Amino acid sequence: MEDLYREVILDHYKNPRGHGVIEDADASAEGVNPLCGDEVSIYVAFGDDGETIDEVKFSGRGCAISQAATSMLTEMVQGRTAHEVSELSKDELLEEVGIPHMSPIRIKCALLGLGVLKVALHRAKGTPLPQEWAGLDEEFQVR
Amino acid sequence: MAVRADTELDARALRADFPILAQEIHGKPLAYLDSAVTAQKPRQMLDAMTRFYETSYANVHRGVYALAERATEGFEGAREKVARFVNAPSSREVIFTRNATEGLNLVAYAWGLTNLGPGDLVVVTELEHHSNFVPWQYVARRTGAGFRMIPLTDGGELDLEALDGIAADGEVKVVATNLVSNALGTVNPVERLSGWAHDHGAIMVVDAAQGAPHRAIDVQALGCDFLAFSAHKMCGPSGVGALWGRRALLEEMEPFNLGGHMIKKVQFEETTWGELPHKFEAGTSPIAEAVGFGAAVDYLNAVGLEAIERHEHELLAYALERLADVPGIVLYGPPADRRAGIVSFNMDGVHPHDVAQVLDWEGVAIRAGHHCCQPLMQRLGVAATNRASFYLYTLPEEIDRLAEGLHRVRKVFG
Repeated sequence: MEDLYREVILDHYKNPRGHGVIEDADASAEGVNPLCGDEVSIYVAFGDDGETIDEVKFSGRGCAISQAATSMLTEMVQGRTAHEVSELSKDELLEEVGIPHMSPIRIKCALLGLGVLKVALHRAKGTPLPQEWAGLDEEFQVR
Repeated sequence: MAVRADTELDARALRADFPILAQEIHGKPLAYLDSAVTAQKPRQMLDAMTRFYETSYANVHRGVYALAERATEGFEGAREKVARFVNAPSSREVIFTRNATEGLNLVAYAWGLTNLGPGDLVVVTELEHHSNFVPWQYVARRTGAGFRMIPLTDGGELDLEALDGIAADGEVKVVATNLVSNALGTVNPVERLSGWAHDHGAIMVVDAAQGAPHRAIDVQALGCDFLAFSAHKMCGPSGVGALWGRRALLEEMEPFNLGGHMIKKVQFEETTWGELPHKFEAGTSPIAEAVGFGAAVDYLNAVGLEAIERHEHELLAYALERLADVPGIVLYGPPADRRAGIVSFNMDGVHPHDVAQVLDWEGVAIRAGHHCCQPLMQRLGVAATNRASFYLYTLPEEIDRLAEGLHRVRKVFG
C-alpha cells in the first residue's frame, strides 16, 4: 500500500515538471474530476511540422496522484506526435506511474491529465478519441 | 448490549454487538471514523431482519392469511416505534421512504409544486446537504419562486441576523434546514427557525439525517412541520427512512409516487387517494428494512440517546484537542459545545484524498471530499475537507490513532 506514495510520486508532486502556462498554445484544455475537485489545465505547442509536441505544460491543483501523474505525463509525451499521443493507452501511463492495485477512484485521479491532453489534441488536430475514452469530456467536465 | 445507568455508555462493551468492527484492515484493527456517512450495524438489528424473513415475511396490508397479518403487524409495529422515537403525535403521520433524501423530495414536490409561485421565497441554508438544497432549488425554479440561503458566520454557524433581510425579498413560504450539519457538525437552532418560519406563514422542513442517530428528537418541541431521516445512519438497514409531517399538511398535499396501495378507488374516470400514511407509500414498501429500522430504534433507546450524545461529545472535545497538536491542521466548525461528533479539517498543503489514503494504511477510515455540501465548500474556500465522525461504538484510542496517522501524513508529505 505504501507504494502509492513512493518517492518518485512525491517528487513529481512536490516538484512538478512542465508546470506553467503556454501563452498562445496550439492546443489546450482543462478538466476537473468532480469527485475530489482535482483540476488540470494542459497547454501544448507543436514544432515546425505542426505535429510533434515541442513543449507541454500544465497547471492545476488536486491530490498527489492527479498532479504527479500529469507531471509524469508531460515528460512522456515530449517529442511525440499528436497522433502517437492519441494512441497512448491508459495502461501505458498507469505503468509509468507505477502504482499497483490502485482503487478505481484513484485511477480516475491518475488519468485526469491524460484525458485532458487527449481532448486538447482532438480539438486542435482532430486526432481520434479512442473508444475507451468516449464520454471523457463529460466525466472530467473538460472545457 | 452493555449500558451503565441512563446517561453513560460503555463503548468497549457495545462493540461486541457490531461484528464488522472486529476485523483488521491492512493488518491493523479497523478504526471506523465515518459513521456520519453511514453507521455500522448491531447484531440485534441484523437478527431482527433475519428472524422476520425466516418467520414472518409476506407482503403487507393485502393478504387475508395469517402470515400476511404477521408481516403487517411487524411493519406497522416498526412505524409505531419510529413515531415514538421522534415523539410524533400519531404514527399515521410517519411515512416510510427510501431515505431522508426521498422524504425531502416528497415535501418539495408534493407540497412545493402546488403551493409555490412567483413572489414566494424558499429559504435554505449555506450549510445544507445537497439533499435539502437541490430539491428546493429545482422546485423554486419550476414554480418561479425565489431561492435564498441563510449565510454562515465565519465560525460555521447560521447567521440569524440575515433573516430579516431575506424576508424583505418576498413572501417566505418554506424554510429548510438540517438539524445537525453533516459536514461541520453544527447543531442548528431549529426551534428558533421554526418560530421565524411560522411568523411568516412558512412551513419548516428539517433534515434530521445527521441529528436522529445522535440525539433525542421531539418534533413537537422543535416546532417543525416536516422532519426526514434515514435508518442507515442510525444502526438500521439502508433502503428505508422516514418522513414525519403534520397531519393537516399531509392530508392537503397531492401524492408523490402513484400506483398500487396508495389509492382509495381507481376508476377509468378518476382515482382517489388512500388515507395517511398509505397515500404516500405507493408500491411494495421496504418491509423487512422497516422492521430492521424498528429494531435499530429499540437498540438506540436501550443504549440511551442522551448517553450517546454525551459519549460523542466527549470524543469530539478529545479529538479537537488531539488534532490541534498536529502541525498544519486547519479545523472547521463551531466550538465543541455547539456541535455534534463530527470533525472537519484540512492539512496544509495536502489534498484530503491523500490524507485519507495514508490513514487507510493505518486502518483508520475517514471521509475525504465535499460531503455533498458544495455550497459550503465554496463558502470555506476549499474543494474538499477531511471528516472524522464518531458514534456510540467509537473509542478514544481510535482518535489517538487518527492523530498519530495525521503525524504520519505530515511526515510523508513533508
